[in-house]
Amino acid sequence: MADSPADKLAKQNVSAPILGPGHDYASVTDKISSIVLTHRTPKWWMLGFAVSFALLMLLMFAVTYLFALGVGIWGIQIPVGWGFAIINFVWWIGIGHAGTLISAILLLLRQQWRTSINRFAEAMTLFAVACAGVFPLIHMGRPWLAYWMFPYPDTMKMWPQFRSPLAWDVFAVSTYATVSLLFWFVGLLPDLATFRDRAKNRATKIIYGVLAMGWRGSAIHWQRHEMASLLLAGLATPLVLSVHTVVSFDFSFGIVPGWHSTIFPPYFVAGAIYAGFAMVLTLAIPLRKLFGLEDFITMRHLNNMGKVMLAAGLIVGYGYVMEAFMGYYSGNQFERYMTLNRMFGPYGAIYWCLIVCNIITPQFLWFRKVRASVGSLFAIAMVVNVGMWLERFVIVVTSLHRDFLPSSWGMYYPTRWDWATYIGTIGLFLTLFFLFIRFLPLISIFEVRQLVAIEAEKKKAE
Amino acid sequence: METEGKNGKRPDVDIAALRQTASEGNAPRFWRSLDELADTPEFRVLAENEFPHGANDPGAAIDRRELLKVMAASAAFAGLTGCTKLPTQKIVPYVRQPEQIIPGKPLFYATAVTLGGVATGVLVESHMARPTKIEGNPDHPGSLGASDAFAQASVLGLYDPDRSQAEIHDGRIGSWTEFQTELSAALAEEKGASGAGVRLLTGTITSPSLAAQIRTFLKTFPSAKWYQYESVGRDNVREGARIAFGEYTNTVYRVERAEVILTLDSDFLTSGPGSIRYAREFARKRRVDDGEAKMNRLYAVEATPTNTGSMADHRLRLRASEIESFARALARQLGLSVAASPVGPSNVPAEWIPALARDLKQHAGTCLVVAGDQQPAIVHALVHAINQTLGNFDKTIYFTQPIEESPVNQWQFIGELAADIRAGKVRTLLIFGGNPAYDAPADLGLKELLPKVKFSVRLGLYEDETSALCHWHIPQAHSLESWGDARAYDGTVTVIQPLIAPLYVGKSEYEFLELLNGQTGKSPHDIVREFWQAQMTAITRFDEFWEKTLRDGVMAGTAFPPKQVSMKPGIGEQAPAAPPQGLEIIFRPDPTIWDGRFANNGWLQELPKPLTTLAWDSVAMLSPKTAQRLGLNSEDTIELKYLGRTILAPVWVMPGHADESVSVFLGYGRTRAGRVGTGVGFDAGWIRPYATPWIGAGLEIRKTGQKWSLAARQTHSTMEGRDLVRVATLEEYRKNPKFAQTDTEENPLSLYPPVKYEGYAWGMAVDLNACTGCGACVVACQAENNIAVVGKKQVKIGREMHWIRIDRYYHGDLDDPKTYHEPLLCMQCENAPCELVCPVAATVHSAEGLNEMVYNRCVGTRYCSNNCPYKVRRFNFFLFSDWETPSLFGLRNPNVSVRSRGVMEKCTYCVQRINAVKIKAEEEDRTVRDGEIITACQQSCPSEALLFGNINDPNSAVSKMKAKNLNYSLLEELNTRPRTTYQARLRNPNPEIEEAAAV
Repeated sequence: MADSPADKLAKQNVSAPILGPGHDYASVTDKISSIVLTHRTPKWWMLGFAVSFALLMLLMFAVTYLFALGVGIWGIQIPVGWGFAIINFVWWIGIGHAGTLISAILLLLRQQWRTSINRFAEAMTLFAVACAGVFPLIHMGRPWLAYWMFPYPDTMKMWPQFRSPLAWDVFAVSTYATVSLLFWFVGLLPDLATFRDRAKNRATKIIYGVLAMGWRGSAIHWQRHEMASLLLAGLATPLVLSVHTVVSFDFSFGIVPGWHSTIFPPYFVAGAIYAGFAMVLTLAIPLRKLFGLEDFITMRHLNNMGKVMLAAGLIVGYGYVMEAFMGYYSGNQFERYMTLNRMFGPYGAIYWCLIVCNIITPQFLWFRKVRASVGSLFAIAMVVNVGMWLERFVIVVTSLHRDFLPSSWGMYYPTRWDWATYIGTIGLFLTLFFLFIRFLPLISIFEVRQLVAIEAEKKKAE
Repeated sequence: METEGKNGKRPDVDIAALRQTASEGNAPRFWRSLDELADTPEFRVLAENEFPHGANDPGAAIDRRELLKVMAASAAFAGLTGCTKLPTQKIVPYVRQPEQIIPGKPLFYATAVTLGGVATGVLVESHMARPTKIEGNPDHPGSLGASDAFAQASVLGLYDPDRSQAEIHDGRIGSWTEFQTELSAALAEEKGASGAGVRLLTGTITSPSLAAQIRTFLKTFPSAKWYQYESVGRDNVREGARIAFGEYTNTVYRVERAEVILTLDSDFLTSGPGSIRYAREFARKRRVDDGEAKMNRLYAVEATPTNTGSMADHRLRLRASEIESFARALARQLGLSVAASPVGPSNVPAEWIPALARDLKQHAGTCLVVAGDQQPAIVHALVHAINQTLGNFDKTIYFTQPIEESPVNQWQFIGELAADIRAGKVRTLLIFGGNPAYDAPADLGLKELLPKVKFSVRLGLYEDETSALCHWHIPQAHSLESWGDARAYDGTVTVIQPLIAPLYVGKSEYEFLELLNGQTGKSPHDIVREFWQAQMTAITRFDEFWEKTLRDGVMAGTAFPPKQVSMKPGIGEQAPAAPPQGLEIIFRPDPTIWDGRFANNGWLQELPKPLTTLAWDSVAMLSPKTAQRLGLNSEDTIELKYLGRTILAPVWVMPGHADESVSVFLGYGRTRAGRVGTGVGFDAGWIRPYATPWIGAGLEIRKTGQKWSLAARQTHSTMEGRDLVRVATLEEYRKNPKFAQTDTEENPLSLYPPVKYEGYAWGMAVDLNACTGCGACVVACQAENNIAVVGKKQVKIGREMHWIRIDRYYHGDLDDPKTYHEPLLCMQCENAPCELVCPVAATVHSAEGLNEMVYNRCVGTRYCSNNCPYKVRRFNFFLFSDWETPSLFGLRNPNVSVRSRGVMEKCTYCVQRINAVKIKAEEEDRTVRDGEIITACQQSCPSEALLFGNINDPNSAVSKMKAKNLNYSLLEELNTRPRTTYQARLRNPNPEIEEAAAV
């Protein structure tokens, strides 16, 4: 095992270890479980949760108002029939991708460094999908009929219209949410059992006990667990590619200039990974600081994530260049106008912002120094988060607002309700995340223990 | 009370007065409600009059037709809570169903709608005795089956919940009996002075029977005076005829005979008497068949861009005050001995007038010069002289006796009325219609003067600005609720039939005059009928004649015959004074709400003005150059100062407007219009002086620095080099007849075989060479398809609901662009991009090629609209349809669902009309005949720009149209295969002018 290609790769790159020195099985378990079980609730958690929960209430308020009056409270109109709702949907779905990539693909590739970040990255995936899932529902004119999107036998003998990418979306996103949840929960089982065993009071014991589903840590459990994880990873791997591919079909199947493009699937997937890693960094950096987890989420992790971001960013940049090139090369007057309009039209500033955020800024990641600086990594990740949101804005809005007939061109201006809903889903995400870090092990204990074993073996070998 | 509508505007009862009535002996011993105690007219209707007016009058002879109508009306009222006060009682269904009334099948009645007194014949669609839709009357000379936006919208006016619903006496609810008492007292007082203190103020009256009633009244009160007044009147036209011929005449054009037409500041294709007919004749002369490339030529000289100007082959922008000098220069060029203006028309290219004169001369007898209503009388006189010189009299133009019953200089009379009131000569003022407190020139001070009249009565549809200043306001019956008659542009009489009993307590002018004349008991029907019976002495079987007149909507033989006129010598020989210098101001009627009378009509408010595409507002229009000089931009708020009066107005930079000139539309800034029209826009009438009501100079403009938000439907006016409207000159067309067609493959490479359409395949052809952009189709579609009104704010952010819109593109020079109109409705694509992307199959393709919309299935993802390259889909972002106001329920077309919130909607080629005809054809075991299905837009179009039919039938009119060389598909490169195709536009420029301009 020690000589697997992945490890070799890791060896060449050992500027920093993936686990801090001096840890044994007990110290790992103590350290991670103490966050939930023995520490008092930290003040910053209370404050952060309060703010997040307030934002969640803002979402509730905005959605209630929306359901009462209709989607007219947003800035959407004709020609821009999709606005913040779809932008946010794509943004959140994209963010989710990093979690699946880390937990599934990197698991299959035996990237050891993933173990200490995969748990919260997966949680991030789930919560991001939850946020994303809100939007297709509430953006409908008649959300109370959303169940018509699902294939179910009904008296009207009507099925969804399977040629529509929106119908595919339903399957793609719901499959993704299901697999991600299962994967995450299966991964949690041994750690939940650890919590059960270490819990001091009865209620906690019962709750974690039920959640642990009778895990006893027998060899056969471990063997089955390993198999289940691999199978789920195998299932989740194609999803990393398929979900955002299907989401990109929402656009590329349309005939709108700026949407109708074959480059969209790979470009969207790369964008999703890009955005996802940015979000993982955004979450990991404060977490390791606040919980003192520098030994588990080491500079090695941050460095690697920086590299993935750079690579994904370059693919996305290639996508932008190709879009612009095709605008010119296609010779299609509508495509050409769309490209120029993106760059120099009324929303031109947003396009250039996006270029700065998504192409220029990540170039700093070429420098080892930058990747070694927690502060700059965090800053770049935040910039990429914003940039990826802007990218979706550019795709959705600037394509629609000036399409074929100049007579129906228009401008889209988000309203306060657009913002409230968007910020509200950030509240939903953070609320869920705060609850997660308070009540569940945010780093996979059993997998880090495996790391301890591997490190020990390595030492022996030396 | 059960019968009370939820939102029905119910007048308050005065509690204090009631208490007194109840304590006094004369109150009913038991009262059922406060209304009974107050003895309101509503209550009396409720208590006594459970049948509509006239039906319970045993003395009145009821003919079969009327009986049917009354029965139908009564039956329909069962379902019409809120439209009128109903007795609470059980409804018994028909024991024997009346003939013709079949639930679900509409009936059509011929009647007329009037504007400025002039009638346009219409057919009104009536569902179970509810009028729901106005259609043109093909038998009527002024309609030929088409109509304008005003006529289309009048049905909304009928159901307007803000119409006045009670007699108002000094701000409180009065009663009809009380009014009768007061009126007879006032008249009795006047009797002594033979009515010297009595003034009758009416609109322009072309109704012979009404005029007869007025004359009877004037016989009783010989010193009383009858004034007619329209704020947008035709005094200049009348006076022009008087200058030219020494008498008032009515001018009628025969546009179908004119090869060359020159308009001088005239919008004769879309406004004014006969415009519907003229538009049709004009369009027919422009229709080019394959192989025969001939069409008429239109020159337009104007200041304010108009629809007519946008159709012109040559348009010359000229300040309105310089039109006279242009007319003089042209007359001189044509050899008339006319004095030249001291200042020639500025900025006229040197070759223009000589070339124009040559062209006119070459077409002597087949050309036509038309002057605009707002041009001074002398221009009209000069134009008459020019037309005579060109030998056009009795060829392209003829004269008849005036269609007005009493042609007068109305403008002079309104001034006289003001002077009389000021001098205290007016004691009793009776105002029928009109709204002088709002629309009379502000410097006459009628607003201050009206309250000085001792006894003033206003008969009006709305309790408006004028009603507020009168002692009595009497609700008027809508023209769809009352009998009457009126003349068309050529004198043809149409008898106006009621389609429904008055919804409120409205009285018609006929009833009112009957009261003035001290006669009661005669129904308005009898008044009109008896009048005509007395007139038509030659007709032996009058009953038959009357029946036929009602059925046809036209009274046979009433069109005025052409009359010989003799031109007075010396017209224009006197040199005019130099036109005043300085910034010019032009007052014009608003294209959609006219003089303000339609201000409370949501359809007309929301109809984009044809050239600015603005809805819900009026603007001060000026040319780009002038705007630049003054440092102004669209939506800037400016202060207009004219002759000492100032008003704030928003700027609209209008390409094609004459320089150094500002146009404002009248009709906005109403203070008591109703829930729709009150407070919308600014009142240009406030700065409109009595002395120069149309064109003046010396306007001052001050920039305020504030912005005025305007709702323009179309914010982008250039085509961006896309071939959306394909245009060529006639010459180019002759050289390359297929210029509009691109060599796109018929069926580009596809994995799927083309779909075969068996049976019918519906399609439409839109003739861009005919469309004048008037907007009648937009309102017709709105009426037919129950389309909601959304208001200015929603229009501004692009959420208007119109299923058909008229795109307006500019091409060329910013100062003087070519203007093109392009109606856009759902293209019914064979490869519809919208159908593919709907996740719930709410928009599907029919076997006949319609792209259908299933409202009940729609969940509102809006993907279809995003993917529609023509952007013809409309979304209910809110609950736009009015589900609350009961009076509007009657208005709805029962064959079209009223859409709810969150649902996408769009044009379906009036699928309800298609199916109605198909059912009928199936019953008769035949196929649908060509031309049997007429969509609402097509029906209303004055210029026949829209043509619908079965494209599977190679002999159908639409197939033939589509087979023409000019046919092209919009955005055909997308392979959507639209069923709606366009006929390219042609221009027929005068080579002399065109070449000179090109140099």
